[in-house]
Amino acid sequence: MATDTKTVYGIAAEFSTASELYHAAEKIRDEGFKNWDVHSPYPIHGMDKAMGLGKSWLSAIVLCGGVTGLFTAFFLESIPSSIIYKTIVHGKPTNFWPVPYSLPAFMPIMFELTVLFSAFACVGGLLFLNRLPQWYHPMFNWDRFAKATDDGFFLVIEARDPKFSESRTRQLLEEIGGQHVTVVQD
Amino acid sequence: MSDAITVAPEERAAVTKVPLVLNNRKTAWITQNISSIVEDKTPFWWWVSFCITAPVALFGVFCIAYQISTGVGVWGENHPVGWAWDITNFVFWIGIGHAGTLISAILFLTRQKWRTSINRAAEAMTLFAVVCAGIFPGIHVGRVWMVWFLAPVPNSYAIWPNFRSPLLWDVFAVSTYFTVSVLFWFTGLVPDLATLRDRAKTPAKKFFFTLLALGWRGSNRQWRHYEMAYLILAGISTPLVLSVHSVVSFDFATSLIPGWHTTIFPPYFVAGAIFGGFAMVLTIMLPARLIYPQLKDMITKQHVDKMAKIILLTGSIVGYAYLMELFVAWYSTNTFEKFTFFHARFSKDGSGYYQWAYWCMMFCNVISPQVFWFKKNRNNLIVVFIVCMFVNAGMWFERFVIIVTSLAQDFTPSMWHHYHPTWVEIWTFIGTFGIFLSLFLLFMRFLPMIAMSEVKIVLPEADPHHTVRNSGVGIEAHH
Repeated sequence: MATDTKTVYGIAAEFSTASELYHAAEKIRDEGFKNWDVHSPYPIHGMDKAMGLGKSWLSAIVLCGGVTGLFTAFFLESIPSSIIYKTIVHGKPTNFWPVPYSLPAFMPIMFELTVLFSAFACVGGLLFLNRLPQWYHPMFNWDRFAKATDDGFFLVIEARDPKFSESRTRQLLEEIGGQHVTVVQD
Repeated sequence: MSDAITVAPEERAAVTKVPLVLNNRKTAWITQNISSIVEDKTPFWWWVSFCITAPVALFGVFCIAYQISTGVGVWGENHPVGWAWDITNFVFWIGIGHAGTLISAILFLTRQKWRTSINRAAEAMTLFAVVCAGIFPGIHVGRVWMVWFLAPVPNSYAIWPNFRSPLLWDVFAVSTYFTVSVLFWFTGLVPDLATLRDRAKTPAKKFFFTLLALGWRGSNRQWRHYEMAYLILAGISTPLVLSVHSVVSFDFATSLIPGWHTTIFPPYFVAGAIFGGFAMVLTIMLPARLIYPQLKDMITKQHVDKMAKIILLTGSIVGYAYLMELFVAWYSTNTFEKFTFFHARFSKDGSGYYQWAYWCMMFCNVISPQVFWFKKNRNNLIVVFIVCMFVNAGMWFERFVIIVTSLAQDFTPSMWHHYHPTWVEIWTFIGTFGIFLSLFLLFMRFLPMIAMSEVKIVLPEADPHHTVRNSGVGIEAHH
């Protein structure tokens, strides 16, 4: 990364409203680009469809986390209570088999750990899927890009996209209404 | 609904709701006015507030240190009142937290867009309230250094904790609640921290916010997962918040003490928690609007009106629960239940030592919110503030009535004993208010107290199908 020779990351353009960015994204999607993205200060309703993206898989990660939490709690409670250190409280049975023993009394903690592990899986999964935390990103090299977290709307096509061409992509972004079309260096 | 577009804007304006952000503010205005709270000079009234709350907090910390170093005997509790202000304060604070989660999770799932301008501050309030709550169970055990016995590990005699005990459920419920609330709050903060990073003027601030913002750049490939994460966190926080106060109520409901042994407790505690929590949200947000006047276009009278309605609803549920307790005590024909619920609360023969607390609770929680039936009262911020102060006091008295009056006079009159707090207990409780308010003031000063990226979504211009022709008219017509 710290070499003197700069490489082109992509070509970026700015749009003035969410609506313009939405329609621009539809056009770039229809052109068949793969490695591109839009940036906005807030999530734009329907933008996933305009970009041709499907549903996020985060929910599957959370399901795994939740199931792990549920079983962790079940074994955390039942192994000490039924095997390692049997304590008879409230006259409840301590047997592990056949099933019932005092399962209802274990439910609250099973629920809590399901939620706890789901929440960790959710935030961890979010960071993993978004490749965060990230100290550096080429887009930060463009001074106008600071507006992306204020009121700016940006579209960037990466150089690694097979359809990328410095001149034609620039022309395309200008045609669909992009302003300040700029080559972003890595 | 494309037919709605054909209606002339002025006709539609007549039937559209009041906008959530007043004075037709734009996206950049939102960024500027919320970020400026963090970036500009600290206002005079902030310093005045902080100079009051910080010494109170420090004195509270002193009382805690005094209690730990001397012993739990510096408190007034003794047999039979083994739980008194400590657990009253614990339930009081943990209940307050629930409004924050309700606003951030349940109102999100029910698509209540007005939540966006208050959810960040309410979530922060949740965290600080749970911090205050967590102090009390920690120090009431007496020997604080033995508090690790609460953890699910075998203690020094290889004895495991009893997983069938509601007290252990409580440990899991409260610690899960705090952890999930922190995760939810931080996830919501990330896009706003990125805004502060991009606006940072000094290298130190730039470094600090770059670290916290995790490299967020608002790309739609990020937003896609982010929105899913937010939805899931809201989805799991909703049953969580209901479970936490249910579990807290199990601490009482699974015992045999008359006044505690009540199946109505879980829903009654949850409703009471939301009731008291909303009162606390308003108690801190109304003065916050005075310290930072730029918030007035985002935290509007409409928000206050809606929160007052929730206070009225949950206050009425709580009132119903109070009456139902009396009904069940009568219907059960149980001597001890009838003593606790009737004799101790209505008699004039001297055995109703804590009657005044019961009637304070009734007035504050059931009678005072009834003024919110009238729009005029809901729109009068002074009336709203006064009612909220009554509710804050009333909800503390509710827990006092449940805990202390039930313990002081249970089955055998020879065991009866009155309880009086000492100065240490009183000042520890006042000290937690100092801690709570100081933390909230620091939060207001150093982090964006309104979720910028979320408020921007409720502006008309955030709609990708928005055109200049229908600007200023609600976006509801499109969806």
